[in-house]
Amino acid sequence: MPPSFQGALVVVSIIVISILAGCGSDGDRRTLRVFAAASLTDSFADLAEAFEAENPGVRVELNLAGSSSLREQILEGAPADVFASANEQVMDDLVAAAAVSGDPAPFASNRLALAVPAGNPADVDGLADLADAELLVGLCASQVPCGQLASEALGMAGVTAAPDTTEPDVRALLAKVEAGELDVGLIYASDVVASTGGVEVIAAPALDGHSTRYPVAVLSGSTSPALADAFMIFVLSPEGRAILDRHGFGR
Amino acid sequence: MTVKRDAAATGSKRRRSHRSADSRTPWPLAVLAAVASTIFVVPLIGLIGSAPWRDLPNLIADEIVVDAIGLSLVSSLVAAMLSVILGVPLAWVLSRSRFPGQRLLRAVVTLPMVLPPVVGGAALLFALGRRGIIGEPLAEATGFVLPFSLWGVIVANTFVAMPFLVVTVEGAFDSVDRRYEAAAATLGANRFTVFRRISLPMIAPSLRAGLVLAWARALGEFGATITFAGNLSGRTQTLPLAVFVALEADRPRALAISLLLVVVSIVVLVTLRDQWWRR
Repeated sequence: MPPSFQGALVVVSIIVISILAGCGSDGDRRTLRVFAAASLTDSFADLAEAFEAENPGVRVELNLAGSSSLREQILEGAPADVFASANEQVMDDLVAAAAVSGDPAPFASNRLALAVPAGNPADVDGLADLADAELLVGLCASQVPCGQLASEALGMAGVTAAPDTTEPDVRALLAKVEAGELDVGLIYASDVVASTGGVEVIAAPALDGHSTRYPVAVLSGSTSPALADAFMIFVLSPEGRAILDRHGFGR
Repeated sequence: MTVKRDAAATGSKRRRSHRSADSRTPWPLAVLAAVASTIFVVPLIGLIGSAPWRDLPNLIADEIVVDAIGLSLVSSLVAAMLSVILGVPLAWVLSRSRFPGQRLLRAVVTLPMVLPPVVGGAALLFALGRRGIIGEPLAEATGFVLPFSLWGVIVANTFVAMPFLVVTVEGAFDSVDRRYEAAAATLGANRFTVFRRISLPMIAPSLRAGLVLAWARALGEFGATITFAGNLSGRTQTLPLAVFVALEADRPRALAISLLLVVVSIVVLVTLRDQWWRR
């Protein structure tokens, strides 16, 4: 081993160790760990920022993923203070497992939207096009809330979709529609607001009756329950409501 | 082999006694090696301990799982084959030719080993997707769209797997004794014949090792596949994707598939390692 390599190894070790040591010694900074559904990515980033501004010294860490994936992480003991789920079933599972402290409170709702890339290159004009084998069609996987909502709505509308992909989270699906790799996809109305790549929405009245409700709860494994309560109250406050409105969530 | 410690008369015996001393592991190495082993053994125990052994046959015989097994085998084997067919010439060029930009090319070829696979998948989508730099003209000319198809899975697998073969084989080409090649050339063999009859057989062990590494990497591929080829049972959902999706809704099934992957991998690695790497 050449000496220069050993030297580099020592330097790297020192850097790594000092970074690791730094992580644990955040003295007076308090960290709140919020687990939120993928569809809440932008709204919760704003909520976290506003909450931090109102509570100096508090840092909100967001863990964003598919709701059911987060449920598994929580059940496996991942350190988390607050959980915001994209449907009630996932939250109920956690309540049943005694992983939630207090009652979950619904704070938002979301509808499905038939989304196409800007300009609607494939001339999609309704829900029935999801059954067109010629088109590249994307849905959420049936294991995640947006997939469950989609199969419920499609079942009621009598449409047998012919998906080319079933994405494990709604943001991945949005990205593929935005990129024009898919001709059409069923995403959340809030994701249309979040889209920076400009997706268009095609009117689909059959989707109107179907919405998912988002509950938020403090977790029983929380190491700072008071702060977690404060965050939950903030989400339900008029200020929190305004942020959620801005991101396209219903009441 | 019997070794006499006190017999230090000849050079060869001295070397033997050295080897015997080496077989006693110094304690700092033993401790660190034990820690290292723990990192690998503990997750395996976790998996085996929570596996639904009784329902295992039913869970694996499920149509979705059977489809995923077939897709995984086909895509990983084709990717490994493509890696050999394309990767060996690439390794030879990187090892033997000298041209401007060679070091850069070598870095680019090994990039997928370092890059997060999701980034690789996104890069593939930008290049070969329907709106991609190459994908768009291709789709317009032929109507052929790579993403969301089995070929998309194979491309993603090859992208992440081939570097392992190239790196292994390039190293082997570097260390081949050139005198054999020179001798063959003096005897009238042209350069391709030298490659085919001399260089290639000499690197055979490394080629096999590289092939196994590439295949193993392709079998476990997740990030690039789901980003580039999507996830559809029966078309693009390989075993790792099936595990990921099942983990969220049907944990026993996820564990069953994981166990299957572990068993297949261990069987292949143990057999091949003994046969090929230890020679």
